[in-house]
Amino acid sequence: MSDTASAVAPPLPSVADKLKFYGLWLVTAAVLVLLPYVFGSGGSLTTFCLIGISIIFSLSYNILLGQTGMLSFGHAVYYGLGGFLVIHAINIIGANKLPIPLPIVPLIGGLTGLLFAALLGWVSTQRSGTAFAMISLGVAELIASSALILRTFFGGEAGVSANRTKLLKVFGWSFGPQIQIYYLVAAWTLIAVVAMYALTRTPLGRMCNAVRDNPERVQFVGYNPHTVRYIAFCFAGFFAGIAGALAAINFEIANSAYLGAAQSGTVLFAAYIGGIGFFIGPIVGAIFVTFLSLGLSDLTQVWQLYFGLIFMVVVLFAPGGITGLLMMHRPLIRAGTLLKVLPSYLFALAPTLAMIAGLVGTIETIVHYTVNPGDDSHIKAFGVGFDAASPLVWGLSAVLLIGGYAVARTTWRWIGRAWSEATTLARDKGGAA
Amino acid sequence: MTPAIELRGVEKSFGNIKIIRNITLSVAHGERHALIGPNGAGKSTTFNLISGYTKPTTGSVLLHGEVISGLPPYQINRRGLSRSFQVTNVFANMSVWENLRCAVLWSMGQRYAFWKNIDNLPEVRERTAEILADIELTARRDVPAGLLTYAEQRALEIGITVAGRAAVILLDEPTAGMSRAETERAVALIRRLTEGRTLLIVEHDMSVVFGLADRISVLVYGQIIASGTPEEIRNNPKVREAYLGEEAA
Repeated sequence: MSDTASAVAPPLPSVADKLKFYGLWLVTAAVLVLLPYVFGSGGSLTTFCLIGISIIFSLSYNILLGQTGMLSFGHAVYYGLGGFLVIHAINIIGANKLPIPLPIVPLIGGLTGLLFAALLGWVSTQRSGTAFAMISLGVAELIASSALILRTFFGGEAGVSANRTKLLKVFGWSFGPQIQIYYLVAAWTLIAVVAMYALTRTPLGRMCNAVRDNPERVQFVGYNPHTVRYIAFCFAGFFAGIAGALAAINFEIANSAYLGAAQSGTVLFAAYIGGIGFFIGPIVGAIFVTFLSLGLSDLTQVWQLYFGLIFMVVVLFAPGGITGLLMMHRPLIRAGTLLKVLPSYLFALAPTLAMIAGLVGTIETIVHYTVNPGDDSHIKAFGVGFDAASPLVWGLSAVLLIGGYAVARTTWRWIGRAWSEATTLARDKGGAA
Repeated sequence: MTPAIELRGVEKSFGNIKIIRNITLSVAHGERHALIGPNGAGKSTTFNLISGYTKPTTGSVLLHGEVISGLPPYQINRRGLSRSFQVTNVFANMSVWENLRCAVLWSMGQRYAFWKNIDNLPEVRERTAEILADIELTARRDVPAGLLTYAEQRALEIGITVAGRAAVILLDEPTAGMSRAETERAVALIRRLTEGRTLLIVEHDMSVVFGLADRISVLVYGQIIASGTPEEIRNNPKVREAYLGEEAA
């Protein structure tokens, strides 16, 4: 290494850094192994499986949106096709007693996703932005509607099912019990996350970022932005296919919902709410959205409405997502000025919660009168029972909503002021250092 | 010897309007050639035609004796021609280091590699560090390009342009909007970084032009009205009338 490189280049990771880095993955692996011993119920295992699948799918989506700047409305196509192919593959393997064990079957889903991305992506990746978004939507609708028409392959409304236990056993595992599926999903999640992380640290990964930032300039440093987008699209298709395959294995069924607009929308939600600017963002988003959709659907009938509201709030007020919000505090923690903002958060908490409670009360009352007007007015939402016909509830909701908002607005301003003080202080300290 | 860049009867029309009318120009290897002319004369359009950003309506552009007009910009760049932009055109969310590294990758034969760890490429690292030191942004290495000052962004713009070691460099108004001191530093930088290469530069600052260029071409209304050494251009009556005369008056 020359003098210039060692003097001005970013320092290469030291042995300690490397140990920390690989240690992190090892700890993650250990946590995944031990998790079922702590949360062993069937319900939690299923939840973990859904989270793992969602993590792979969301990260694959972020190869497009966060890394390469392509907004896709049809990413579920590659997820769904991966799922369908795997169901058929399991049936064929089982019927013919082929020597292929279940753990490598997700690869079939991945290759399916890759193949279809390679076929369908060439045209759509010519442009990014609106053109790409529109084409992705068109392709998604095309595939989703053909899923209902081509019944022999997609099985119509009912879908296609398979029995995953009929395959070659490895180490005596039949993959019937959920715990064995958990380990299968966990292993694939870890492999896929490591692979997708490694991808961001390659020449291609960096050129993806360059294409996202400025596709025009990329052409003048020797790269064809179309090729960069196309390769990124193929990778995204591959990992989406693996996620779809794991979902199909988990449920032992694939149906048209796998390919649909709702599935494509959910992955956009998860990636964006988590934060598309950070590698870990979609992981956070996948965990959050999975818990939210499982939890909210038990708590309220109109959970999708709340879903949409959360999404809008994130887009408007926290475009960096949950991860972006957390990462904002890093410079403050480093400079030790975090304590300057924390009190303002506490002040804001009560009125903001009051406002949200008022909003929930209002929404649930309106839902009662518009969606189920004939039902008993004693309803239960978020575990709280109340009478939707009572003027007292209406009044309380209105007071909480409007009063909460009025007070909360002032406390939000305090947060803003505390923030600018804390960041100025942090910057001064950083400048002095 | 074949010239580094040659334009043969190049014309460009947008609709019915002819922006470039029959330009013939040749820049020798290792020459520093300045393209000057009043606003709207077609200087940037000429750059766009050479670098593949737009295609000529008629005529052809040759790089080292090979026709490049009609090729996409990245093909032209791979053949050894690199350009900068009048309006700063960097990768705004990426750090200075990443900007320069992306500008180096293709010339180092990395292509679309997705199987190599980018931090394990010593030549890429070394070349990036070299450029970073050259443009004197070492202290700003990890700052996102979008947060740099204007002069720093201009330096980065030049750094990205020369990073790939292209034999032919096109700079579009590299000192526009700079203070006198910044301009002097930028000129010294350009002189250093384009050593031994062919340079075609568009510039409004006449002291920069006459100080830097071996030869000058004057573009007025999409036509080259004169080409020659700085001395010849200074004394050319047509140029004085069409362009320099305005400044003298």
